[in-house]
Amino acid sequence: MSTSDVTHHTPGEQHDHHDDHAHHGPAPGLMRWVTTTNHKDIGTLYLWFSLLMFFIGGAMALVIRAELFQPGIQIVDPMFFNSMTTLHAIVMIFGVVMPAFVGLANWMIPMMIGAPDMALPRLNNWSFWIMPFAFVIMLSTLFMDSGGPAGGWTLYPPLVLQMGDSFAFVIFAIHFMGISSVMGSINIVATIFNMRAPGMTFMKMPMFVWTWLITAYLLIATIPVFAGAVTMLLTDRYFGTSFFSAAGGGDPVMFQHIFWFFGHPEVYILILPAFGIVSSIIPTFARKPLFGYDSMVYATASIAFLSFIVWAHHMFTTGMPLAGELFFMFSTMMISVPTGVKVFNWVATMWRGSMTFETPMLFAIGFVIMFTIGGLSGLMLAITPADIQYHDTYFVVAHFHYVLVPGAIYSLMAATYYWLPKWTGNMYDEKLGKMHFWISTIFVNVLFFPMHFVGLAGMPRRIPDYSLQFADWNMIATIGAFGFGFSQLMFVYIIVKCVKGGEKATDEVWEGARGLEWTVASPAPYHTFETAPEINPGTVTR
Amino acid sequence: MSEAASETVPEAPRPRSHGVVAGKMLLLACAMFGFGYLMVPLYDIICDITGLNGKTGRVSVSEVAEAAPVADREIIVEFTASINQSGSWIFRPDAKTMTVKPGTLYHASYYAENLSNSPVVAQATPSVTPFSAAKYFNKTECFCFTRQAFEAKGSMHMPLTFVIDPDIPANIDRVTLSYTFFRSPEQS
Repeated sequence: MSTSDVTHHTPGEQHDHHDDHAHHGPAPGLMRWVTTTNHKDIGTLYLWFSLLMFFIGGAMALVIRAELFQPGIQIVDPMFFNSMTTLHAIVMIFGVVMPAFVGLANWMIPMMIGAPDMALPRLNNWSFWIMPFAFVIMLSTLFMDSGGPAGGWTLYPPLVLQMGDSFAFVIFAIHFMGISSVMGSINIVATIFNMRAPGMTFMKMPMFVWTWLITAYLLIATIPVFAGAVTMLLTDRYFGTSFFSAAGGGDPVMFQHIFWFFGHPEVYILILPAFGIVSSIIPTFARKPLFGYDSMVYATASIAFLSFIVWAHHMFTTGMPLAGELFFMFSTMMISVPTGVKVFNWVATMWRGSMTFETPMLFAIGFVIMFTIGGLSGLMLAITPADIQYHDTYFVVAHFHYVLVPGAIYSLMAATYYWLPKWTGNMYDEKLGKMHFWISTIFVNVLFFPMHFVGLAGMPRRIPDYSLQFADWNMIATIGAFGFGFSQLMFVYIIVKCVKGGEKATDEVWEGARGLEWTVASPAPYHTFETAPEINPGTVTR
Repeated sequence: MSEAASETVPEAPRPRSHGVVAGKMLLLACAMFGFGYLMVPLYDIICDITGLNGKTGRVSVSEVAEAAPVADREIIVEFTASINQSGSWIFRPDAKTMTVKPGTLYHASYYAENLSNSPVVAQATPSVTPFSAAKYFNKTECFCFTRQAFEAKGSMHMPLTFVIDPDIPANIDRVTLSYTFFRSPEQS
């Protein structure tokens, strides 16, 4: 779009002066970050936090892979291995992917819809600052006598009820994370409903805003169910209830139903914002508008709806009636229809576009290809009779890591490279960025592709030791893991280098960029759109 | 939206009722927390209807008398026993199998012995496999309905009266009734 479509006003010129303080820059010193209610500051905090957690969770993954380098128990004892698999999952899901998406939402949604800030800035501050405490509480269990949680992130009873004293800490940490997510989501919904600039209709919103609106609803609807489930675990353990204890008439399988009623929408919480990011990046570098915008919106909504009626496909081996297995098999397969619509639209957007391959585009294309690989193995897992063989094997591990690492994580990296010049005002080092992409992509496949083979051959997940016939592929996967893990140090180097300086970015940054965020200066001023931008029916906003 | 309006009115004309939206969303969150708990009774109802978790049915003796016995069909009932926590217990069925006719009332019993030096209250929970047989396996009397108190070193034979519903699917010729013995939660 041309910049002239949006009228800028000098701050304060036509304003009442009741919000005078808003025209100052950030407060000096460290307290700026503690007391800030600025959406950009809070977005930055979320993003740095998730980057830190990415390395903590990654270090745990490397402990796991180091132990699996060879059969036998070499490096860590099995209990610690189990707490590594458990904490790796919780950290990566609740500490990396979710906060990073919330951080991007904080930074970008107000700028994309022409709002001056989030709707509830103080709540926003709380949403973030609860999280570091939650993770300190959870990670501190590693230093307790009982050791960290070791029953798997799915917290299945009765095993999880036999955990040591770290149990209560983990449950409270999960409660805090949940409260943080729900507050963040409420804020995002209120922002999108109430803060859009005049003329910014729902169907003019960028896909990232749409996917986040739907994700926020999923979070508000499912995180409380999870909170309820872990509260039941807590009362079963300490207050004599018997929700899941067969001794008192409960049923452990019921936990799986409640957990996956949250857990399956949760996996879409981890991927829908990624769809939004990719839907922003591909049109920019293909220099074409997004193909099938309306169908993208409807597909996102359909995925969200279907995610509520497929949960028991995680439980095909618990002995469901045939009718149940058929229902959950077909409803699961149905999800591939709207997802297929999305992949088709991305490819169609690229079709005959004048494409260039800057780093964000490379990550976005990598996302489309490798997320689809993960989607296809998901379809295989949806087939009930086949799933009984695949269940709890490395095939499942390969599946969800393909959708989460070269899926969700790649979208986060793409987003970082894409918007970093807008955040910092400097261009990142393109050469290093491309190197980062190619090295990561090679190693991520070396890491996860062999897991398909050992999984189909029957290697169970969550074990520190394995049969000899799986040794070769495990050794290759471990080499891939260390290659992928250490190549992420490049990512940090590139970000830090870009924050410190570099070639100045233009306001538009990318030749084909559309949307309101590219109409403000680079770096984005501390306050943007204090006066709502003017959006006419013809204005391109996505 | 006319251009003039947005030029002269810096605030968006839309009413900014953040509290209302946030309140509705908070209400939704609270409702979903409640829904999580609602899933507990819902699960029990669904299990009752489908026999999903192997929970057996319960009937009164008078209902059994009304049902017509089926003479020409035999089903083998197997009894198994297991103990949940490691503890000093003996728990076993007195007879391992029975051959029964649907519609007729049968008696069986389990033997339990507390080997420890302190009194214990325990309860058994039943499960029937295949699950599709569970809702046709009805008990008029069972030691699993109530808690059982054992003296130190005490033992007892615990009775069980059951009837298999004549409507049981034709392909089932063998039913396994499994009991798991738990110390009551208050004591553990």
